[in-house]
Amino acid sequence: MASGTSATSAATGRRTTELSAELTGFREVQRLAYACAEAVAAQLRPGVTERAAARMQREWLRERGVQDWFHLPFAWFGDRTAFVDFRVPLQFFPTNRELEPGMPFILDMAPVHNGFTADIGYSGCLGLNPVHNRLLTDLEAHRELILREVRERRPLREIYQDVDRLMVRQGYANRHRAYPFGVIAHKVDRVRQRRWSPTLFGFGTQSLKGLASDALHGHREGWSPLWSPYAFSDHPPQPGLWAVEPHLGFRGTGAKFEEILVVTDSKDPQESAFWLDDDLPHVRRWQEEKAA
Amino acid sequence: MKTGRGQGGQQGRDPHRRGGGEHGRQGPGGALATARERWVRTGGVDLCVAELGDPDRPTVILVHGYPDSKEVWSEVARGLAERFHVVLYDVRGCGRSTAPRPLRGGFTLEKLTDDFLAVADAVSPDRPVHLVGHDWGSVQGWEFATVRRTEGRIASFTSMSGPSLDHFGHWIKKRLARPTPRRAAQLLGQGAKSWYVYLLHTPALPELAWKGPLGKRWPGILQRVEKVPAGDYPTDSLPTDAAHGAWLYRDNIRARLRRPRTDAYAHCPVQLITPTGDAFLSERLYDDLGRWAPQLVRRTLPAQHWVPRTRPDQLTAWIAEFVTAKEEGDPAKGVGASGPYADRFGGQLVLVTGAAGGIGRATAFAFAEAGARIIAVDRDAEGAARTADLARLIGAPQAWGEAVDVSDEAAMEKLADKVDTEYGTVDVLVNNAGIGLSGSFMDTTTEDWQRVLDVNLWGVIHGCRIFGKRMADRGQGGHIVNTASAAAYQPSRILPAYSTSKAAVLMLSECLRAELAGQGIGVSAICPGLVNTGITGTARFTGVSAEEEKRRRAKAARIYGLRNYPPEKVADAILRAVVRNQAVVPVTPEARGAHLLSRFTPRALRALARIEPPV
Repeated sequence: MASGTSATSAATGRRTTELSAELTGFREVQRLAYACAEAVAAQLRPGVTERAAARMQREWLRERGVQDWFHLPFAWFGDRTAFVDFRVPLQFFPTNRELEPGMPFILDMAPVHNGFTADIGYSGCLGLNPVHNRLLTDLEAHRELILREVRERRPLREIYQDVDRLMVRQGYANRHRAYPFGVIAHKVDRVRQRRWSPTLFGFGTQSLKGLASDALHGHREGWSPLWSPYAFSDHPPQPGLWAVEPHLGFRGTGAKFEEILVVTDSKDPQESAFWLDDDLPHVRRWQEEKAA
Repeated sequence: MKTGRGQGGQQGRDPHRRGGGEHGRQGPGGALATARERWVRTGGVDLCVAELGDPDRPTVILVHGYPDSKEVWSEVARGLAERFHVVLYDVRGCGRSTAPRPLRGGFTLEKLTDDFLAVADAVSPDRPVHLVGHDWGSVQGWEFATVRRTEGRIASFTSMSGPSLDHFGHWIKKRLARPTPRRAAQLLGQGAKSWYVYLLHTPALPELAWKGPLGKRWPGILQRVEKVPAGDYPTDSLPTDAAHGAWLYRDNIRARLRRPRTDAYAHCPVQLITPTGDAFLSERLYDDLGRWAPQLVRRTLPAQHWVPRTRPDQLTAWIAEFVTAKEEGDPAKGVGASGPYADRFGGQLVLVTGAAGGIGRATAFAFAEAGARIIAVDRDAEGAARTADLARLIGAPQAWGEAVDVSDEAAMEKLADKVDTEYGTVDVLVNNAGIGLSGSFMDTTTEDWQRVLDVNLWGVIHGCRIFGKRMADRGQGGHIVNTASAAAYQPSRILPAYSTSKAAVLMLSECLRAELAGQGIGVSAICPGLVNTGITGTARFTGVSAEEEKRRRAKAARIYGLRNYPPEKVADAILRAVVRNQAVVPVTPEARGAHLLSRFTPRALRALARIEPPV
């Protein structure tokens, strides 16, 4: 993780021309994960279960060299995209719920490739679903809001509350609140590659170790690798890579995106924070909507 | 009359022509005055057929019940005539149609099917017709919709207050075969509601009664008991309609109930409209209907038996929607929304104030999911528009956002006029807009009082007066929901002004409920309790600095957030309150607890009120 932080400061000033090798590595694995999501989404048919969708993601990524995970792939169908009636974390794991026409779905995966971690969320639906369309469109405002306020170096807790307020104004419910610790984002970092990479409750032990060590450092220095609504997130953005995942819910339909936000210690606002990659399915979708 | 007009029903289009002989007692009155008339001869009787609207449009045939003539449909026919080719006929022996000779055996369902086919062939020889039946018209309609020889002639069937005798027969048999306590109760309940059927089986007596005192008193009874508005209905032909119609029962009931057909499956889509207050038919009769009519759309109406007279607008809307959907034949576009209570609120006009957030917005969404048309009213134009926008996405056929301050009487009047001319009469009014005000009585200024009473109380008064009046004037029922609060019965030293305003709303609702009960309009007061909404963000805290006010707002928001009772649950309680016509509905557990305490141990609440909460 120390290396991750130095990478982000190294990126300062060079971003517009080219990303540092480190950031390129992260971007490559993020692209790989989104390619996986698009490939799996294209194969989803009525009757496919969440478990099958999760397995498809796992196999697709394993075939391309992924051996470790920040967390294993998740898949949520129908009203499970909005975490309706979720009480215990075990409910996040894929079930035998079958996909039906018009149903929204979310694929969420966090592969580690060559030591670089990505954590992405991909929302789609099988056929037409106007509510889902609208949710995806309205996510754009959140991506802009988060970047703007991070650049202003506002405390993460305040940004969280502003995202909350925007959701309420839009008429939606905050569903990232359902995630462990109610996080809207968490830090990701490089992971040492081992021959054996076990997982614990779906999370890679190496990544958990990294997160725990971050939490320890953060606790001493007054920050946290978890971006939550609680007091421990009442600090300005910490340089590093943050997997940001605003998740909207509206009457049984949920939609999210998840991608890496790079925060640096640069004084230049433009360089102090930026999205690792702007060529992602949801961003392309918004550009197409504007062009249309 | 009997020779000149009966040839295939293609003649007799003169609108001024009156039926001759003993059947010409009364011309078509009221809305049917402009109808084109023709006579159809079939099976030895002449049927008087009236037509309205453009004959090139889809044909809707309305069949009346007992003891009625086609005039029972006059209001509905007028509404439908703007969009459809509407056809009504007097069932044999009723109105101006002639009666079979002899009467006995002349009213079997087979002969009534002949009549229907003759009329359908005359008015719409090439295209199938849409059938609508009420009471015995619906009983006949089920026969038409389930026998083989009408297959391809009926495009859709809307049934109200009249079950298929075959389905009814199976319903009874099933309950007799295995009389569990519930089934036995259902059987006895319907058995008691059918008292008149037994009387109609006595010889001569019903005829004497109808031609004597009952016939004379019947219009008064309908007005008093069934709340049927006075007017051109019932017609003068009532005594003979009723006397002849007795044979409908005598010729069919015993035969069909004893040996119900086992193949009585509907061969067309069916819409079932069930009035919940029907004195003659139990709602339970239709429990197994999905088995007989696979493409069934259910509608529920809080009304008594004579819905064509008491709820013509709602019937017109539902029939028009169903017929249009079947004509367009778009399978992707199903009739009715999917949410709970879609049978009850589909197509109704619902106005919600304070709809830009919190309980108001959630309520608008819940009604939208039930297929209602939504008017979202709020001071915040953008928020109201957003609510309307999302409401359309989740099932509202239409939704509008209106920026109006509920405390502004002139603006509310203007809104009501606009709603009346552009959207129609409001069916459900939800007076929900409200603001919070906290602080001791001594710290509350006159301006504070005015502000909170203006919105919380006067907003409700304006809503009830202006929209409630239009609802009452229409005379077709409706419902008013006022959002009060648990603070309406829970005294406290921190919310004196707010509690006062909400207590006033609660009592206003109770009084209004008493006043409007006779007009089929229900009034409910909702007392939510602590609900996680934006009310804390705008609440005023008196007697403190701006800084301190901000701090207290944040604290209140945090407490409400920790309690985290979602406004969606309040919205569900509101819909349930309307469906069940509940008077006072405390929602959260603490609101229900306080409600109980206020009734049984008010002293405990008074003691609670004295506690000064930490700030």
